[in-house]
Amino acid sequence: MSANPEKSGPSWLGTYTVCYLIFIYLPVLLLPVFSFNDAIYVAFPMKGFTTRWWAELAQQDGLFEALKNSFLVAVPVSLVSTALGICSAKALTGYRLFGKQIFTGLFTLPLVIPFIILGISLLIAFNSYGLPLSLWSVGIGHVLICVPFSLFVLMSRLESFDHSIEEASLDLGETPWMTFWLVTFPVAMPGILASLLLTFTISFDEFLLAFFLTGNDSTLPIYIYSQLRFPAKLPAVLALGSAILVVTFIIVTIAERLRRQGDAQLGTGVE
Amino acid sequence: MTERSFISIQDVSKHFGDVRAVDNVDLEIAKGEFFGLLGPSGCGKTTLLRMLAGFETPTSGEIFIDNEPSAAVPHFLRPVNMVFQNYAIFPHLNVFQNIAFGLRKDKLSKDELTRQVDTALEMIKLEGYGNRGAHELSGGQRQRVALARALVKKPKVLLLDEPLGALDKKLREQMQLELRDLQRELGITFVFVTHDQEEALTMSDRIAVMADGKVLEQGAPAKIYERPQTRFAADFLGSMNFIDGQIKGIDGDAYVIETDQLGTIKAPNTAQKFAEGEKLTIGLRPENIQISPRASKVQRENSVNAVVKTAAYLGDRAHIYVVLKDASEPVLVTMQNLEGAISNTLESNLDVAISWSDRSVLMLKNS
Repeated sequence: MSANPEKSGPSWLGTYTVCYLIFIYLPVLLLPVFSFNDAIYVAFPMKGFTTRWWAELAQQDGLFEALKNSFLVAVPVSLVSTALGICSAKALTGYRLFGKQIFTGLFTLPLVIPFIILGISLLIAFNSYGLPLSLWSVGIGHVLICVPFSLFVLMSRLESFDHSIEEASLDLGETPWMTFWLVTFPVAMPGILASLLLTFTISFDEFLLAFFLTGNDSTLPIYIYSQLRFPAKLPAVLALGSAILVVTFIIVTIAERLRRQGDAQLGTGVE
Repeated sequence: MTERSFISIQDVSKHFGDVRAVDNVDLEIAKGEFFGLLGPSGCGKTTLLRMLAGFETPTSGEIFIDNEPSAAVPHFLRPVNMVFQNYAIFPHLNVFQNIAFGLRKDKLSKDELTRQVDTALEMIKLEGYGNRGAHELSGGQRQRVALARALVKKPKVLLLDEPLGALDKKLREQMQLELRDLQRELGITFVFVTHDQEEALTMSDRIAVMADGKVLEQGAPAKIYERPQTRFAADFLGSMNFIDGQIKGIDGDAYVIETDQLGTIKAPNTAQKFAEGEKLTIGLRPENIQISPRASKVQRENSVNAVVKTAAYLGDRAHIYVVLKDASEPVLVTMQNLEGAISNTLESNLDVAISWSDRSVLMLKNS
């Protein structure tokens, strides 16, 4: 507790914060804890320490297949949605675009449509056009929901930088095209990396759209869901969940650090 | 082809929707001139500068730079470079790379490139700063880097948008002189935009005063300051006391003018013609008015009794507001606070006399 009474808030605020943090993180922390528990059932008291669930995990062929599928979807999705995000963010942060507000709204609309509705709509659309369901259709669905996220990250980056540096580049004899590559792109780079990592994570974790739109191939979340039907496999799923948790945490942390580093660079850059 | 000035702006207008940002402007700027565009914000001076740079296209009219109509030339081929208001230093590049940016297209050898950038760094007195990141520079250093970055392109014209606006007062005064010297040394035509009248007066060979998209008047700093033709310019540059008057007649070389506050006064006959009976505005610079004790025996050209309203002490000088008999607007008088000067003894409600010479009386048309 702070010794300075003026700086600490009401006394209940501390308690509230602690409760809130427990509420968020305790369930998540149970995952890795029980993945080392020597029992099939997830219940207290715990039985003892084991690594056999993690060992079992390494032997499941279906898991690696699903992991591979998830990468096959998430990597292109992050690239495509970030590329689209750059184009839209560039247009929306430029100073003369008719209907800027409307476009921003339309681009970000997929975020507020419930994914289950989005999933069903896309399913109907794919069927009516006779497009086969596959990892491709999952990828298309994921791009749809990833672009708004990419757009938000990139817009905040592009908005905070001073457009006169682009004009300076033009003034110094570069074409608009080279100006984009020599100035806009490198200055937006931290935002672009953050967008790539963020959209990758979203696609990698996404279940609902993938569930509706996939054919015979399952992505990792679908595989995990299918494993839950077998009680004996639950501990292995917990181990898998823990692994995903750690990897996701690392990626998002890196993305956020990149974003902040970029901001710091800009912060002193534009006095 | 008729002989044109180095930069010739001919009847140029720029409209943004209904707003006439620049309204039928004609300007001729000579080669090697340091030209100042002075005006309050929103007067169109920056738009005019951006048209010279090629960032805006005139709605109508034509701009010639070195006899070439510039409308057809894309901005990246113009012999013109710009120093931006916030300097627009590339944040992801170091000082060397910033300065070398515009030389990329010239396909110079590595040695030649280094030599040119080093020369530029020397010119701006930042030798050895090549490896500094953009964020490690102070405001004044950023300003210099922006200058060097534009000048290595060897432009025919350098445009500067409020070049010193972001610097503090001391640094600004120092940079004013440095810019001035640099321009003389290089002989490049400089066109700069400022809202700071002192900056315009210090640096420019000639000034154009702008308001509402129009150029009101142009000329050498001393001419604009001492003999302004418009009330706006008289008011915008320095301080000015305005007094209503009416022409009574002409006495030899001078106009005789009837005023309520100062009585009948004389003003030298200038280029502007006034008709008998015409109403006009008299301008008197505060520094051209002297204050003396009421009982003074010293005979002066024109003298009117007044009462001190307030005396403000500003260190090196004093601002004294005096009220004349009819007590409408107080008249401002500025004086140097010299040792033993009368300015040190003035206080409110003191009876004094103010005087001025005929030569310092300005006649301004009522529009």
